[in-house]
Amino acid sequence: MADPHADPRRPIDPAINSPGREGLTGTAPASRYAPVFEREHISIAPDFVPLDAQPAWRQDFPIDWPQDLYVERRDFLKFMVLTSAAFTAGQLWIAAQNWYRQRSGRLPIQRIVSVDDITVGAAIGFTYPDEREPCLLVRLTTSEFVAFSQTCTHLSCAVVPRPEEGSFYCPCHEGRFDLRTGVPTAGPPRRPLTRVLLEMRGRDVYAVGLGERTT
Amino acid sequence: MNMRTRRPFSREQRVTIIHGMLIFVLIIVVLQLFLLTATMNAWLGGDDSIVWPAAAASAACLALNVGLFRYLVRIERMRKGRA
Repeated sequence: MADPHADPRRPIDPAINSPGREGLTGTAPASRYAPVFEREHISIAPDFVPLDAQPAWRQDFPIDWPQDLYVERRDFLKFMVLTSAAFTAGQLWIAAQNWYRQRSGRLPIQRIVSVDDITVGAAIGFTYPDEREPCLLVRLTTSEFVAFSQTCTHLSCAVVPRPEEGSFYCPCHEGRFDLRTGVPTAGPPRRPLTRVLLEMRGRDVYAVGLGERTT
Repeated sequence: MNMRTRRPFSREQRVTIIHGMLIFVLIIVVLQLFLLTATMNAWLGGDDSIVWPAAAASAACLALNVGLFRYLVRIERMRKGRA
């Protein structure tokens, strides 16, 4: 049944040059105008052909191309914001680890070996600062000792001392480090070996800390 | 002007806005990636002086990104509130 309050007159097309608008002063009631379709309510197919000319399957399942574009950009933006959050979480993780490291306090002072038990050009293994960190002590001359972490800075393989070549050698990927400084000289490693700080007490060699890398 | 009386952006305007945001967010995310790798490299090398400033800078970048995203959500709500 028809609505008794509905306007019986023909709806007016709101376009300015449409027939039926002649003589209107702009004071016609809003109910006289035909409903306006906003651009957002019109589906635009990916090939820009009007929906009436599209195949039946596309008429049944129309894809609104501009809306699709907008939604995928919005989802990508969401993903990028999540990535940003992940990077910030990484930074905070580093900060937390740093705080924990500082809270752990000074590293222990640990006797490694007696000077009499290691000959010039020889190397011995030890662990420092805990049992999970293998290190190497090398006697360069009668009075010179160096010690480094044995863990390669590339992929954590154990390096092998080669005093005759003046280097530490990593057999995994042919990496080499200078025997005196621990600086990488060949192969894939880019960071030097962690230096163990040494101290002579009487005729014993002690590990007293880990050196900060500056390169 | 009150936000409630503002005319919501059209879809074309929102696509333009989101493209602008994407460029901005991508630049910031690349900056954050650089910050993370540089901080990790320095920290593993024993230099911990830049750890907290870098974390603060990264958090500021995240705040900027979240702010932009919240703005996008707000203009979508404006549109839905009108529809």
